[in-house]
Amino acid sequence: MARRSLPNLLKRLSFTAAPPRSRTITYMPRPGDGTPRAVTLIPGDGIGPLVTNAVEQVMEAMHAPVYFERYEVHGNMKIFPAEVVESIRRNKVCLKGGLITPVGGGVSSLNVHLRKELDLYAALVNCRNMPGLPIRHEKVDIVVVRENTEGEYAGLEHEVVPGVVESLKVITKHCSERIAEYAFEYAYLNNRKKVTAVHKANIMKLADGLFLESCREVAERYPAIAYNEIIVDNCCMQLVSRPEQFDVMVTPNLYGNLVANTAAGIAGGTGFMPGGNVGADYAVFEQGTSAGNVGNDKIIAEKKANPVALLLSSAMMLRHLQFPSFADRLETAVGRVIAEGKCLTKDLGGDSTTQQVVDAVIANID
Amino acid sequence: MSLQSFLSVFRRGTLFPFSPSFVELERAKFQHIPQTSPAIMAFKQILSRALRSRPDQILSSPSAFSAARAFSSAPITATLFPGDGIGPEIAESVKQIFREAEVPIEWEEHYVGTEIDPRTQSFLTWESLESVRRNRVGLKGPMATPIGKGHRSLNLTLRKELNLYANVRPCYSLPGYKTRYDDVNLVTIRENTEGEYSGLEHQVVRGVVESLKIITRQASLRVAEYAFHYAKAHGRERVSAIHKANIMQKTDGLFLKCCREVAEKYPEITYEEVVIDNCCMMLVKNPALFDVLVMPNLYGDIISDLCAGLIGGLGLTPSCNIGEGGIALAEAVHGSAPDIAGKNLANPTALLLSGVSMLRHLELHDKADRIQKAVLETIAEGKYRTADLGGSSTTSDFTRAICDHL
Repeated sequence: MARRSLPNLLKRLSFTAAPPRSRTITYMPRPGDGTPRAVTLIPGDGIGPLVTNAVEQVMEAMHAPVYFERYEVHGNMKIFPAEVVESIRRNKVCLKGGLITPVGGGVSSLNVHLRKELDLYAALVNCRNMPGLPIRHEKVDIVVVRENTEGEYAGLEHEVVPGVVESLKVITKHCSERIAEYAFEYAYLNNRKKVTAVHKANIMKLADGLFLESCREVAERYPAIAYNEIIVDNCCMQLVSRPEQFDVMVTPNLYGNLVANTAAGIAGGTGFMPGGNVGADYAVFEQGTSAGNVGNDKIIAEKKANPVALLLSSAMMLRHLQFPSFADRLETAVGRVIAEGKCLTKDLGGDSTTQQVVDAVIANID
Repeated sequence: MSLQSFLSVFRRGTLFPFSPSFVELERAKFQHIPQTSPAIMAFKQILSRALRSRPDQILSSPSAFSAARAFSSAPITATLFPGDGIGPEIAESVKQIFREAEVPIEWEEHYVGTEIDPRTQSFLTWESLESVRRNRVGLKGPMATPIGKGHRSLNLTLRKELNLYANVRPCYSLPGYKTRYDDVNLVTIRENTEGEYSGLEHQVVRGVVESLKIITRQASLRVAEYAFHYAKAHGRERVSAIHKANIMQKTDGLFLKCCREVAEKYPEITYEEVVIDNCCMMLVKNPALFDVLVMPNLYGDIISDLCAGLIGGLGLTPSCNIGEGGIALAEAVHGSAPDIAGKNLANPTALLLSGVSMLRHLELHDKADRIQKAVLETIAEGKYRTADLGGSSTTSDFTRAICDHL
């Protein structure tokens, strides 16, 4: 039941406000598909609780057939609590806020730990221009598919002698192949025309060479999708000068992090780009890129965190759970709020609080 | 250099304004001379050179005092590698402009050979490398790496033989050349010898490859020292260390520890640490937030190219490699563009601005400022622009326009 607030009533009375509703063709559900689904919710640290609360409110307002099982996890815990992992294994889907990873503290990142535990081998970030965002680059529509389990994040470091430290970057054919498969399959299912592999094989000939070999093999199986390769430093340079040439990008772990954050930055900011991690059995949705997903003290204190990324990720989650019309409504509402430009959070130069943005989104849901 | 002129230089009192110049510090380290007062240090250097087995050096070399170089009237010899493709044309352009600006530099030109020199295992001859070692400064144009086996790449040869440990790339928006970013004014300093580019890879079993990333205390300290020294010498206020120490805790953690140690010695410069993904995002949203960036090898490669993209590409970006003992090799990082070679169409801006950063390293600041101002004014005016900047002038027209602006 939508909140009967005055602006809402007025909108329903006026005939000029809302754009004409276009009914999209929906799919035919099976009986029982509407039973509420359980989703594990991990509020996380920093601005996490604020933005996950925003998602909960919006889901409530839409009466989406989703209910959340909340679990408290914090970045300074040694390992992910077993019950949380158990819950995710049961529900298959999770929505997560950011977890702080202490810098150089000897505690390994819980985010990375969760991904390896559940074998979430693909991280997706959807970077796309949205009307209303102040941007310098037009026509950005990039999806970054990033290998999530190995590469530079293998966490295998040791001190050889005092003052000399080694870190191992591990690339395997198995992981490279399955991430390339995922990228091409994603492109195929979402009508994307081109996949670009990002690498540094001129210097790391064996490691990135193996990655490229796997990508090339998979590319041959999808002749309708164009494939090309680009070196990572050239890639970053092209992203800031001509981002329209990129479509889907498949990368190993570290380059994926950099490229995703750069692409999100040029598309409008990391606070707006949805994404998630997916594996063969489980899916975890969170703010697409890792920059800024825990916010800073000032934003937390003033409650001015940007919930848009997590709202859009929850729309992706709704589609994953096969509730496409709820997802469409949510995305349209968020799109309208941003386009109107009246409720803007700090990173857009505005001054609204999270709650104000949530209220605006709820008001715009039809 | 006679005793009289030597004493007169000291009497002028401007020889060592704040602290011994960076090159002197480097020399001290290189020759294991403990850091004492500058005057005593310089005197000790003369003495040590006189006692060494190369007596010709003290009398004939104009670079007996690296710090006194800026004030001596004898021309400084610098090595010039014109390179391939458009290299010779743009090198000619640079020489012409330097001549017009009356820069006291004599060029020693060296070309890449056509056969492999067994002493260096590459196409660069031993003489070229000796020349750079002797002169301590050089300017390098674009070199096309010949394809084939049995030799090291040219850049690798230069880096290893001259021990070039830091790559400095000042990135500033060129007024008049409109890109999407107008307020870029930062310097990226990248560690150039180790990190992810050690080249140590092996196949463990079929389908599993390991690549080693090495970080040492010595190399990290070296590049951090240079970064802070550069910031101080050029009046920069902030140094940011870029890392991913939340994931790679020991390696980037060691790099950060070294940066922190050096930061304590320079309390007037603000020091901060930024995670690389935040850094990428901030650079594309608001590059004015950054001042000097110091990074390990891989991140440095990516971030410095990203910054070059912000200001308009590699055709406009200067770059300078710093080596042990105070060697500076400025280079233009763009390619050799064989398709426009010899047609008088090339853009000499990158090589010119690299030459300017070389002059700054030599502390010829007034000449450097003059030439930089002339280049920026010419581009800002917009009347003479080469094809890659959207104009239709030839290289010679562009060069003449810059000379007119001097």
